[in-house]
This record gives sequence, C-alpha cells and structure tokens, in this order.
Amino acid sequence: MDGHNAGLLAFAAAAAVVPFLLPNDYYLTVLIVSGLYTILAVGLNLLMGYAGQASLGHAAFYGLSAYTTGILTGTHGWPVWAGIAAGLALSTAVAYLIAVPTLKLRGNYLAMGTLGFGIIVYIVFNEATELTGGPSGLTGIPKLNVAGKVFSSDREYYYVVWGAAILLFLLAQNLVRSRMGRALRAIHTSETAASVLGVDTQRYKIFVFVLSAFYAAVGGALYAHYVTFVSPSTFSFGTSVLLVTMVVLGGMASLWGAVLGALFLTFLPEWLRAIENFDILVYGAILIACMMFLPGGLAEGAERLWGAAASLLRRAGAAGRPAGGGSAG
Amino acid sequence: MSGQAHKEMYFHGDGISLRFGGVTALSGVGFHVRRNSLQAIIGPNGAGKTSLFNVITGFYRMDEGEIHLDGSRISGLAPHVVSRHGIVRTFQNLEIFTNMTVLENVLTGSHLLAGYGPLDFFLRTRRFFREERELRERAEGCLDFVGLSAHRDLPAGQLPFGSQRLLEIARALAAEPRVLLLDEPAAGLNMKETSALGGLIRRIVDRGITVVMVEHDMDLVMRISDRVLVLNYGEVIAGGTPAEVQKDPAVVAAYLGEE
Ligand SMILES: Nc1ncnc2c1ncn2[C@@H]1O[C@H](COP(=O)(O)OP(=O)(O)OP(=O)(O)O)[C@@H](O)[C@H]1O
Ligand SMILES: [Mg+2]
Repeated sequence: MDGHNAGLLAFAAAAAVVPFLLPNDYYLTVLIVSGLYTILAVGLNLLMGYAGQASLGHAAFYGLSAYTTGILTGTHGWPVWAGIAAGLALSTAVAYLIAVPTLKLRGNYLAMGTLGFGIIVYIVFNEATELTGGPSGLTGIPKLNVAGKVFSSDREYYYVVWGAAILLFLLAQNLVRSRMGRALRAIHTSETAASVLGVDTQRYKIFVFVLSAFYAAVGGALYAHYVTFVSPSTFSFGTSVLLVTMVVLGGMASLWGAVLGALFLTFLPEWLRAIENFDILVYGAILIACMMFLPGGLAEGAERLWGAAASLLRRAGAAGRPAGGGSAG
Repeated sequence: MSGQAHKEMYFHGDGISLRFGGVTALSGVGFHVRRNSLQAIIGPNGAGKTSLFNVITGFYRMDEGEIHLDGSRISGLAPHVVSRHGIVRTFQNLEIFTNMTVLENVLTGSHLLAGYGPLDFFLRTRRFFREERELRERAEGCLDFVGLSAHRDLPAGQLPFGSQRLLEIARALAAEPRVLLLDEPAAGLNMKETSALGGLIRRIVDRGITVVMVEHDMDLVMRISDRVLVLNYGEVIAGGTPAEVQKDPAVVAAYLGEE
C-alpha cells in the first residue's frame, strides 16, 4: 500500500466515526447529500479536471438515472436493484450516444453542446407528465433495499452513500494513476502530442465522458432511493453549474479537491441560512474570494495549510530543544 | 510486392502534393530514407518542411501521393495509427505536457508499450504493476540518455527552453520508434547546447533508430547528417550527401534568393 491509499483509508476511517460525533441528525442529511455530490464531482473532475473537457449538462445524467429507477420501481414495481441497474445502463448509454458527436466539438462548443443536451432532458422531465409526473414530480419511490434489507434510517444510508463514494474515489484514483490517467492529462494540454504518442484521443474522450456520466448515474440512483421523490428542479441547469463549481472550486485535476468542493458547497448554504436575506451575496463573495486567493482550488489551500501546520510543528519542536539558539532568517 | 525491393526502400514518400486552397505547400515531393540513417531536410522558411512532417504523421491529408514504411503503407492513416507503425515526432513549437512532471511526460511517451486495460488499472492486477515498472525503467533510461534525470520530478513547464526540447526527444524515444522525426531540434538553443544535441542525435541513430531532421542550423546539418534533402516552395530541388548538396547551384540560389 502506498501513500495515496493510506490517505483514503484515513478518510474512510474518519467518515465511519463522524455519525457518532454529530450534534443532531440534521447534519446527517447534509452529509448524505454531500456524499452524493462527492460522487458526481469526482466523476466530473475526471472529465473536466483531468481530460479538460467541459460538461454543462451533467445534471441530465444524474436525473436520467434517478427518474429511470424511480419510474421502474415506483410506478412499475420493479425490484430496486433492477431499477438501479436500468438507471445506470440508460444513463451511460445516452452518454455514449451524446459523446460521439459532441466530443468532436472543442472548448466552448463542447460546453454549448452539453448545455443544450441538459436543457432538453430537463424539458422532457417537465413535459412527459404521464411518465415523470411533470413539474410536481414523481412520488412513491421505494427506499433502497438489497436482498430484503431495507436502508430506511439516515444513519444506514449515510454508510451506503459514503461507502459508494469512497469506492468510486478509489477507482478514480486508480484510473488517474495509470497510463490512461496520463493519456487524459496529455489530451488536456495537447491532443496533438497525445495522438503522436499513440493515444486514440477520441476514444479516450468518449470513455471518460461515459465514465463520468456513470458516476453521475450512481449518484442519481442513490438520490432517488433516499429521498423517494424526484422532481425536475433537482436536475436543472443550475445543478450542472453547481457541479462544475464544485470541481473548479475544489481544484481541477485533484480528486481530493472534488471531495472538498462537494462538501464545502453543500455545507456553505446551510451555514449561510442564518443570515437569510444576505446569504446569496455572501455565498457569491466567498466564491469570488476563493477563486482569487486559491487559483488551485480548495485542494491547494488545504495543501498550503498542511504545509504551514507542519512547519509550525517543526519550529515548535526546534524551539523546545535546549540548544536551539539564533533567530530565523 | 517483392520483399527484396522493400529492404532498399525502407521509408519513402512519392509524389506528395498538399494544397491549402490556393497555396501549394507541397508539390510532387518524393523522399527516400535509408534504414538507420540520419536524413536532414532543409529549405527556406515556408518551404513546406513542417507540412511534410504533418503529412507523414497524419495531421494533414495529402491531395496526392503515398508514403510507405518498411513495406506498409502509412499514408491516409490517423495520427495515433501512424504512431503504431513506429513513427514518432517532436514539434517545432514545443508541445510538452505542462500539467505533468518531466518523468510523467516521458512515461506518456510509452503509452503504447503497456498493454494493460481498465480492469488491470481499476483492480491493480499484477500485470498493471509489472508493466508500470517496465515503463518507469524505460522512462528513466530515456531521461538519463538525454541528461534530464536530475529534473525528473520537476513540473515540465518549469524546465528551461533548451531542456524542454530534450524532454520532447526523451518522450519520443520512450515510444521506441522505428523512425523519429525531429522538427528543428536546435531552434532556440545556444552553441554549446546545439553541439551537444548533435552528439545526442548521432547516438540516437546508433541505437538503431532512423532519424529525419528538419533543421535550419547548417553547421549542425552538414556535420551530422548522412543525407540532405532540400525543399523550396514545396518542391524538392536537391538531395544527396552534405558535400554534394552544399555545392549544388540550385541550393545556393535558393538560399541566396532568401537572404
Ligand atoms: N494549416 C495551414 N493552412 C494554410 N496554410 C498552411 C498551413 N500549414 C502550412 N501552410 C502553408 O504551407 C507553406 C509551408 O509551410 P511550412 O510550415 O510547412 O513551412 P516550413 O518549411 O516548415 O517553414 P519554417 O522553416 O518557417 O518552419 C507555407 O506557405 C504555409 O503558410
Ligand atoms: Mg516548420
């Protein structure tokens, strides 16, 4: 085992004890939501941060999977596992169909293409009323149950969501630290040089696009069987933008950044609730400040903090030693 | 198809023409590179040298002509397929991966030399670890070869310009090419660096790699090349050994005309 896995293990251990330290169950809900967003942000970071391909329509894959399993299990009585499998399959299949033509586009055009797709899917959620329940949403989705075990309490669901998030993080980390991860980062800076070295850039871009849609689909399925209700507004353009913000604010091409971004942007609005009328202003100001002072994202901030703490500790240790004379230069 | 003829005709292009709208970048260009030799391509600015590289590596689709390497046709293939045939290039305007370390750049060069797939890297199989170790050893060898070992963990964008050129060469070597195309490897280098580069390129040929080098530095070209091809306005105007080309009146005229 190397340092990267040790970090993840420490994180998993911390995540396992957190529910016992919470002042109230309300925070459990927020943590479940941030776990879902972590899954989505990690997947989107593979696409945006590593491969450098923008998507402004990721909420669509999130929603397609949530609605698919919601309709199949809630309306048609499918078992939950089958509904989830169908949701994941449909979302990734649609992602593949979208990826083939869209990834021929570059830069702003790719962003526009995915934006258009996201809006179309959002309209379908609203308009296909018999299927989706329209703007008022779809109710009656069963709670997650696997082999007869129903995950009905928040505490149980917390472990499901964060278990999935940590597993998917591990897979993403394994991808990033492989020849495929290098190829994706190569595509980010120079598709020309990447292809000279034998990287089939189009195929890799499609793969990572579909993979990031799969991550979004896992998030969507877990969302549907947690809340047991879905409505279009959860999967709007605003959600796609929120996901992009999590990736950028957390730190491009940093998986830990995606986790930090998801946690921060889920908790921030909760904290700001106390100042009702000004929350949006303060929210915006905090985002701007982060972007100005931490161009490398929260991940970079955390790294700097860690570095500062480490050097402080070292200095404290040195000062404690009797022979430690002289002042720092 | 006679295999015997192909031994003589290792890497060659015939009747290559390339037009951009009204501009003719290449017109009926032919070249013929012997196995394990150093072929230079020279010519005034805009002669079509980089265009020829772009045609060979599949970035530009030529209007007429064919290119063969060791008996297989490589014209009309996509860039990543051309590289599977063992042709790798560097760039006149550097294309290094600035979001990676020096070592990671070179590891990326060996992309095709590892065969492990998603299951291997997701599940960290033995094959993954074995092949990654091999890539690493090869990459470190290549860095050593160009003299960049000391900078392996530096972000590639922080290397000085001259070292970035060497990094591109190391990255290309990591692909274990049969043919290496160098587009102006000495551009922007000082005299000392250029002289070291000459030795390095000769050692690449000694490794059994066929090198085609586009270069403006005539001293370097005349000193290290086996053969020289001269382009002017998209046409071949001369070819031969360095001594022959230097004396060729057409070459002298082309270069005098440019000054
Ligand atoms: N993508 C392109 N679109 C239009 N014209 C092009 C393109 N690429 C090259 N050309 C034209 O083709 C001609 C040859 O250009 P090329 O870059 O091959 O020259 P070169 O010999 O490499 O010159 P230099 O020594 O300056 O690098 C020039 O007239 C150039 O303007
Ligand atoms: Mg050129």
